[in-house]
Formats: sequence, C-alpha cells, structure tokens
Amino acid sequence: MSDSAREVLLDIQGLEVHFETRRGIARAVNDVDLQLYKGERFGLVGESGSGKTTMILALLHMIKTPGLIAGGRAIFDDGTDLLSLRGDEVRKNRLRRVAMVPQGAMNSLNPVMRIGDQISLTIREHGEEGTKQELAARVTQLLDRVELKPEVAMLYPHELSGGMKQRACIAQAISLGPQLILADEPTSALDVVVQRQIMQTLRELQLQLEATVLLVGHDMGLMAQFAERVGIMYGGKLVEVGSVTEVFRNPQHPYTQLLISSIPSFERRGIFKGIPGVGLSLLDPPSGCLFHPRCPQAMERCSRDEPGLTSLGTEGHVSCLLHEKEETHGTSA
Amino acid sequence: MAPLLEAQHVRKVYRGGDGLLREEASETVAVHEFTLAIDGETPSFTTIAGESGSGKTTIARLLLGMQPPTAGTVRYRGIDVGALDRGQMRAFRQDVQAIFQDPFEVYNPFYKIDHILTTPIQKFGLASTKAQAAEQIDEALRTVGLRPEETLGRYPHQLSGGQRQRITIARALLLKPKLIIADEPVSMVDASLRATILANLHKLYTDFGISFIYITHDLTTAYQVSDKIVILYHGTVAEAGGVEQVIKDPKHPYTRELIHSIPAPDPGNSWIEEEVEEKDVEVSDQATGGCRYAPRCAHAEARCEQMPPLYRLDDGRVASCVLYDKQEKLDGGDLTQIIGTTSNEE
Repeated sequence: MSDSAREVLLDIQGLEVHFETRRGIARAVNDVDLQLYKGERFGLVGESGSGKTTMILALLHMIKTPGLIAGGRAIFDDGTDLLSLRGDEVRKNRLRRVAMVPQGAMNSLNPVMRIGDQISLTIREHGEEGTKQELAARVTQLLDRVELKPEVAMLYPHELSGGMKQRACIAQAISLGPQLILADEPTSALDVVVQRQIMQTLRELQLQLEATVLLVGHDMGLMAQFAERVGIMYGGKLVEVGSVTEVFRNPQHPYTQLLISSIPSFERRGIFKGIPGVGLSLLDPPSGCLFHPRCPQAMERCSRDEPGLTSLGTEGHVSCLLHEKEETHGTSA
Repeated sequence: MAPLLEAQHVRKVYRGGDGLLREEASETVAVHEFTLAIDGETPSFTTIAGESGSGKTTIARLLLGMQPPTAGTVRYRGIDVGALDRGQMRAFRQDVQAIFQDPFEVYNPFYKIDHILTTPIQKFGLASTKAQAAEQIDEALRTVGLRPEETLGRYPHQLSGGQRQRITIARALLLKPKLIIADEPVSMVDASLRATILANLHKLYTDFGISFIYITHDLTTAYQVSDKIVILYHGTVAEAGGVEQVIKDPKHPYTRELIHSIPAPDPGNSWIEEEVEEKDVEVSDQATGGCRYAPRCAHAEARCEQMPPLYRLDDGRVASCVLYDKQEKLDGGDLTQIIGTTSNEE
C-alpha cells in the first residue's frame, strides 16, 4: 500500500480553529496539513485539548462561537472546499459526503422518536424523496447492514442496549453512503466486548462503501488495531503522521515515543512510564516547539524555532527539530 | 484479631421503577453476594474489575459505609460500619480512605487547593502547630510528585485533571490510612499522566505499606498495579485469583472473552477480523437465579440455569462456572481464602 498509488479524498491545508476568550485567543487547531486517502482508515490520536475533536467538528461546520475556523482549506477530490461551503450547501454535504458517528450514542438519538422514524427523517431532511414504504424498506436495509433486526425500527432508544444504540447511529451515518466517516471515540462509552463488535461492523461497512474513516480517540490499542495510518496531535498541532506499524514500532517524535512507551500492556507489571511535565495551556503556549518544555531531548533552539513538517523518507512525516537537519517540507503531510 | 475491613455475604438490591406507571416495583441486583476481608496488617493490592453494571462501584460504596447492604454486613475491626460510635467512625474514616473517579467533582471551586489539605489535618488533629501542618502537606505533595510552591495557593481550575487527582491522593496520604479504596482513579486522566498516578499509588503500597482496593474496568492498568484480582459480572464474582494467572490464562468464559476483546497496542489484524464468540444480547439486571453470563455465553448449557458456585482451581484461583464442577467448591464463597492476605500462601 504505497502512498503514491493512493488517491487523495480530502486534502486539509493549513487548518486553523481559534477560540476567542477573554484571556486571549486559543489556537485549538494550529496550522494542520493532512491528506486523507480514499478508502483508508486513519486514526487521529491526542490527549484532551489536543484539538482532535475540534478538527473533525470543523470539517462538519460544527464549530460554535466563541470558536471559529480562522483559516485553511479542506478540498474534496472533486475540488469542493468543505470549509468554504455556506448555508444549504453545508447540509447537502453532510451525510452525503461527510458523516459523523458520535461519541455518546445515548445522547445523540431522540428519546421520544422510534429508531426507524429517526433514520427516515434524516434521509428526508437531507433531500432524498420516497414513499413511506420505500423509506421503511431503506431503514430495514440500513439496520440489516449494521446487524440490527428489522424490529428495532419500531423501538425507542431507551429500549436498546448501548451497543445497539451505537449501531443505530452508524446506520444513520451511512444512510446516504458517505465517502468520509468521522468517528469520534465511537466506543468509549461501551464495554470492551461490545466495542470490538462495533468496530468490526464499522470496518466491514467501510470496506463495503469504500469509504474513508477518520477515527478520533486516545485509546492507543484501538488505534493500533483499527487504523492503517495514524496522526499524533499535541497542542493543536499534528506532530507526527505515519503508517500504524511505523508509528507504533518506530516512533520519531519525542512525544510519540513517550506516548507509545506509556501505554500499559500485559507485558509489564509494576513499571510505570509517564510523560513528564504538564500539558500546555493553549492561551499561553510556549515559544518554539510546543512540546519543548516537556521534551527530554529538547535542544537550545527548540525554545526558539518552530519546527516544520519533515518527511521521514518512508510514508511518515514528523514535526521536530531533531529531524530538521536536511530537507524540510513545509506543506505536505 | 478482627480484620481491618470485611464484607460478609453482602448483597445489594436497588428497587426502582415503581410508583407512577407500574404497579410492581422492579428490583436490580447490583451485588449478588460478596465476601472479602482485608486484614490491614499485611499490605495487599487487590483489583475489583468489571464492566458497567457489574456492581464494582456498589461494592466500593458498601465498603466505605456510604450505603447499607440489603443483606450481610460490612465490618470495620469487627464492628458493623452502620453501628460505629463517634470515636470508631472517626478511626474508620482515618484508616480507610477513598479516591474517586472525577478529580473535578471533589473540589469546591471557591476554595484554594490548600483547603482540601488543611481540613483533614484540623479535623483529625494531625498537627499541633501550623508549621507542622505545613510540613506534612509539603511532604504529602512531594510524595505524589507535586511541587508545593507550584500547587499551594492556587484554585482548582488552575490545575490540570492529573494534578488534581494527585492532590486527592496526597490528601488521602496525610491521614496515614491503612487502606485506600480507589474507584476508577485514572479513567478521567489523560494517558500520559495515567502512568504517573498509578506509579504514585503503587509507591504508597510498596513504600508505605498501604493496602489498596483498586476498582476499575481497565484490565491493563489492573495488571500493572495489582497482585490479586476479582472479576465481576453483573453482581457476581466470575473469577478471582492472582493477577498473573487470571489475566494471562483466564478460565471463566467471560474473563476469556473480556481479555480477548482488549485491543492490544500492537498493530495487527486479528482483533478486528476474528469473530467474537460472545452474543450481543442485553442482560437483564433482574436476577434469574442462574448463571448471569449464560445468556451471552458460547458454552451455555442446561445446567447454567442454576447459579454456579465458585470452584477452586488447582492454581489457587476460583471460577464460577460449571465447566469446573469437578473441582472443590470455595467454602462460603469467601474470597479471603483466595485473595486475602491472611491466608495468602496455602
């Protein structure tokens, strides 16, 4: 699976999302460049406040004040810039092109509406016509694709288990056959056994639809098992991108290295490796590289110079001055 | 001598769904039956693990005396925690400390951090002078890896979740407890800080001899910090024993599926491709009388309609499954025999 052979579905360039507060502007997403390929599973990893969720909300025009998209473009394969869409166009693109599987399925469904009605309403609201029977047939088919029985259409959300609710949300998300599915920690509220079943379903659907999935989360185990490529975010910046095997086996950014070594596993008992220091304040970010105050490999120039993205020769890119000796690619990732 | 804290045949039933719409009240059996003693002399680090609805938090609350059991007793040094007099209650509150999940909820936003640390010193008369109190606070903060000059005098909102959780650990430490019951202490903390906090807890166990009951849904962190583990499923004990045995070679079908379902932080395809054995069915919270796991179990058979007792396996663990019915039963379902510190080596 080499990069050059793959077609780009979405090209995010210089994405900036700012939150204006009384104490200043927080750059929640800070000049992020990222290309997503057609039909790939990409995992975006970061701690709370790293900007990973904000990034996918920006793609859906769901940033609310005091937040705003302060710059950048997100170009789809047909040339449409998702970020410059206005009014009705936003809605036309949602679901048909970009759909989202939410984090808390329990809070995303209407508690007083039957599952089937919610799904068919979504389909109609996004501009598809059909008779009652046609819509009902589509709902049954969608439920079947997420491995729910047709009877579920007649049930209310409270009658479903957490896993079934998340399946219903996935059915809704794929109802118009999107090319890009944004999944924000879709299983963090579920038990591990159910998590595995849901992720298996999501992967099967992704393969059938030939869609791209952007999975956001902080569970490194889930990322390792689900994603083909991963991106690591820190303080609103994308600090490393690479194939899942490269990033896990041979991480290049000092933050990624610490993150990988801090993952608890069934191999080590009584040994704890954390990341030193505390997370940064977006309102008062450090100069130079955002990670330098916590970085064990920090050099003198790290507090002065902001690192760009350096190609790692393989598929990967890293934003670290340790790697910035020879060539620097400011834009591609 | 009576153990520090013990739960004997504890059962907790929540009644609900009554009144407005339905005639009969529905019953949720949160804890079916649980017996365990912590002796307080030999330090131990025990995990009580389970998924949502397993009853793990209910057990923590019962042990802390925050809720009375429906049946059975919780005793502190031999006395029912519901019947402690003032002095005994005071001793109980000092010996047995709690650390909760949400480091944001335990703070009053109007008070500086100092308040949460000075209050226990005053209430329990731990220091005779202000200087002594300040010294104790400094020491406790340093033990959990915080610099007092960067922590004291601040308000909760000025600190990160990880820092706040470490302050609650420092607070617990001030009282020099014998036992800390920690309910999901790291689940709301970022991965990078999780290890630091677990290291803090582990240090209190190894260096200060404080026993722990670590309540969690996360088996990887349980494996990292604890010696013994109890796996709960819908209010019943599925399996219990040494953490190395239970995690590395689970015997109960539920524990097997649970451990098998954890995505390993090592890229590969088997997790996402292999078929899941367990059935995705909603398990009712109402007791059926049989094995609670049977509706989801791939090995379920007719005999599972009876609640299986805990069977002793050869390697000193117990599992509640008819697959092991040739084995001897665990006497009285008392987990102390398996994971208690008093009869550790047999």
